[in-house]
Amino acid sequence: MNKVDYDNLIPNNVDLSSDRRLQKALEKWHPGYIDWWKQMGPDGFQDIDVYLRTAVSVDQEGWAKFGYVKMPEYRWGILLAPQEEGRKIGFGQHIGEPVWQEVPGEYRAMLRRLIVIQGDTEPASVEQQRYLGHTAPSLYDMRNVFQVNVEEGRHLWAMVYLLHKYFGRDGRDEAEDLLMRRSGDKDTPRILGAFNEETPDWLSFFMFTTFTDRDSKMQLEALANSGFDPLARTTRFMLTEEGHHMFVGRTGVERVIRRACELIKENGIHDPSDVGAIRGLGVVDLPTLQKKINFHYSVTLDLFGAEISTNASNAFNASLKGRFREFSIMDDHLLHDSTYPVLKNIDGKFVKVHEPAINAVNGRLCDDYIDDCEQVMTTWNRVIKEYGIDYKLSLPHRAFNRKLGEFSDTYATPSGEIISADEWQSCQGEWLPDNDDLHYLLSLMQQVIEPGKYANWISPPRTGINGQSGDFEYVRIAA
Amino acid sequence: MTSESASSIQMNFQTCPEQYQHWNLSFDGAIAELILDVNENAGLFPDYELKLNSYDIGVDIELYDAIQRLRFEHPEVKTVIISSAKDTMFCAGANIRMLAGATHGHKVNFCKFTNETRNSIEDASKYSGQTYLCAINGTAAGGGYELALAADYLILKDDGNAAVSLPEIPLLAVLPGTGGLTRLVDKRKVRRDLSDVFCTVEEGIKGKKAVDWRLVDEAVPTSKFDERVRAKAKELAGKSDRPADALPVKLHPITKNMTEEACEYSYLRFDIDRKTRTATLSLNGPSRKLKDDLDGVVEQEDQFWPLALARELDDALLHLRFNEPSIGTLIFKSTGDVQSVLSYDTFLHENAEHWLIREILLYWKRTLKRIDVTSKTLFAFIEPGSCFAGFLAELVFAVDRSYMLEGQFENDIRAQAELVLSQSNFAVFPMANELTRLESRFYGEMKSVDNARSLIGKRLEAPDAEAAALVTYSLDDIDWEDEIRILLEERASFSPDALTGMEANLRFVGPETMETKIFGRLTAWQNWIFQRPNAVGDEGALSLYGSGTRADFDKKRV
Repeated sequence: MNKVDYDNLIPNNVDLSSDRRLQKALEKWHPGYIDWWKQMGPDGFQDIDVYLRTAVSVDQEGWAKFGYVKMPEYRWGILLAPQEEGRKIGFGQHIGEPVWQEVPGEYRAMLRRLIVIQGDTEPASVEQQRYLGHTAPSLYDMRNVFQVNVEEGRHLWAMVYLLHKYFGRDGRDEAEDLLMRRSGDKDTPRILGAFNEETPDWLSFFMFTTFTDRDSKMQLEALANSGFDPLARTTRFMLTEEGHHMFVGRTGVERVIRRACELIKENGIHDPSDVGAIRGLGVVDLPTLQKKINFHYSVTLDLFGAEISTNASNAFNASLKGRFREFSIMDDHLLHDSTYPVLKNIDGKFVKVHEPAINAVNGRLCDDYIDDCEQVMTTWNRVIKEYGIDYKLSLPHRAFNRKLGEFSDTYATPSGEIISADEWQSCQGEWLPDNDDLHYLLSLMQQVIEPGKYANWISPPRTGINGQSGDFEYVRIAA
Repeated sequence: MTSESASSIQMNFQTCPEQYQHWNLSFDGAIAELILDVNENAGLFPDYELKLNSYDIGVDIELYDAIQRLRFEHPEVKTVIISSAKDTMFCAGANIRMLAGATHGHKVNFCKFTNETRNSIEDASKYSGQTYLCAINGTAAGGGYELALAADYLILKDDGNAAVSLPEIPLLAVLPGTGGLTRLVDKRKVRRDLSDVFCTVEEGIKGKKAVDWRLVDEAVPTSKFDERVRAKAKELAGKSDRPADALPVKLHPITKNMTEEACEYSYLRFDIDRKTRTATLSLNGPSRKLKDDLDGVVEQEDQFWPLALARELDDALLHLRFNEPSIGTLIFKSTGDVQSVLSYDTFLHENAEHWLIREILLYWKRTLKRIDVTSKTLFAFIEPGSCFAGFLAELVFAVDRSYMLEGQFENDIRAQAELVLSQSNFAVFPMANELTRLESRFYGEMKSVDNARSLIGKRLEAPDAEAAALVTYSLDDIDWEDEIRILLEERASFSPDALTGMEANLRFVGPETMETKIFGRLTAWQNWIFQRPNAVGDEGALSLYGSGTRADFDKKRV
């Protein structure tokens, strides 16, 4: 067998070249991963040079190296945030003990499940987004989706590293399965619901990276304090990349809004809800944007799991998964006696009920997520205001369109009015994108590959990637 | 006996007739007499008296010792008569005050051990040509009657006094703990409705009725009792194939060097790790080359490797059960030369008809069964330099999971781990369910058993062993250390009760036998009843026994 020069192939700070266990695991997994990427990664763009950022180390100089690369040759690295000397566990029953460098046997199954669920989301989004290159509104955007994709690939690597390094044979089997499941497949779907939804158009992509990648951020933040140090360190480094994905989403939607507002103004349309008139201009109307927000936000809330969750309280108690920014919370980090208000539907009214805080860990993470999303809404609404248009985008009520948790049996309007199942049936088309909306969005999706040019429905970005000029050739289609 | 005294007193299973407190052993040619004469004041724990020939674990340790010695040291004995030295009391069963004061763990261990000893009586009658006859010369109550039930033939003194009874339910609100219910209907074939009557009549059944109900085989008046017992003993002896003039094999005291954390025997050692709550038992292969003739083997007496190892393993198992309740996992390892283990294995099978070799094989069968019913997780680790071959390979099939190293450890020059099957793994050592361990392992897939049979004599390395499903996992050295660490840590984190229940359920597949019923029902029913307030609560029958106060039962059926 050829000896593979792993250190050169795979940027890492885990001493891969002298780790026989990792090498053994990668010998089998690495070719499988490349096959998966070629099969399920961006369709039709595998042999093309893309201007991508690669992380080759975790320090200032190394974490963002830019250059042209063909995606299958991307150097997916295994990079962990540096180890903090003497770090102590900060929550749960093991609080105050030194963090674990090895998997504690009693938590093996729980940890493996946490890692597999996180890991499964990473390749899922690559699969969901694989056709977007064909309808990219610009080379800039095309490059961005590819950047997001290779980084999701790297996040998969990060989780697979943990499985390979710390979970032996079971871990290798799980890592194998991560390459076997397919987003949206009837027989072998990805684990979580939102990761089996389609991403057919670019607005969906921007919404996904805004809302669903923000869930990833929350989950990673909760794991970044884990008592299992390798997991904490891995997720901390992943967070630096997740930030970019959310940037792509937030600014993407913002540019869609800006373009719509621009044309509404230019064409003297007075009613921002006049869908027909606005669509006539070939841009995304604000009511449709609101529907897309309603959909992606509510589907993502389901990813948090039940607000009252035994699994989450077990993981917290076991010191494996904390809360959002656990260390900035001023309490005992044990949650034996404290309570947390959880919104519930009691006899047709929304009421905050004080639940034991340890059981409401998911509910709290969800609240933190909602706060984060509100800030995004503020930045979007600021653009609309800039143009003096009287329209406000907003997050739907948390009970709206839920399949999981406290409100899975509740029918509620976006504004939080509880309604009957029949009312829901007849009205949901007003609140969620219907086929007409989706067809309209798809009709806008035309590939634009001339450097510096943008599709009519989206504004150019304020600045280029890595300070590049407006007409920079981010993807070398012609070559 | 408080829980402190139970845990502070180390139980010792080594004894010899010269030290017996409770039994008299006498010999008359082919007939031996084993007479129960319990010394009231010689209970193993200080807080009860062993009145009315009642017993505690100390009495049973002596009984077990006697049965073993009768097999090995007395090839000439063909019938063993069990009787009592007391006037009107054969045996009143397990001492109630002892039971009332014992920890639950001790009660369970005690019942299990007494069951194993009763089973070994039946095993001797059936396979060793040493038939047990019980001369019930006084009342046999509860465990006393259960002891009698273990014998092949029961003669009850018909004197208007001596009765057999199982009074546990009316008297103590527990069940007979030594297989009494099962043996009534399965072995004695007493009709179930009559059994129901029998088990609820405190004073029991006497004389002719006891015979009519098949509770005993004969009821004989006092004047003819001894004579009839003798005659029957002789008759039974006539059917035996044991040699009259063979040299006895003396069972010398086992030498061991025991510390807090380890114990070293000659062919076995175990090491205790209190953190993971494991004991690792390392069995050594033979230290000397096999003398390939029977006389040479008999000359070695109890130093003959397979016998010496069985005795040491037996002792270690009992020690770990009784004296190390917190040790939840037993790990079996072995060290030695595969070929020389196989030469012994072959020798045993070639000479299986010889009385001594037969005894050694039977002893291994019983010891392996003792492993099967041990309430601890069992693992086998098959590492380089190990010798799991032939009958030693049975250990690999006795455990809950086995792990075999593929290849070698770094910087380890020992030969790769091998597993070798022999006929030992196919008929010789049935489990309590009467299936071999491989038949149990491959229950419902005879093909796998046949495939394993086709591998007899092959030196199987880890991938072969895994391919034939003979081990749970084969791991290379890269994975080994971590997998094993996590395995043990994970195991130690589970509820010991739940593990015991799971393991016992999974170990015994397939058909029920008298033995599986005895152990299974003991575990399921008796352990439950032993925990319930109706027995052990302040108002429970076991607690109030002898106080003159009636138990106040919670009347709800569960």
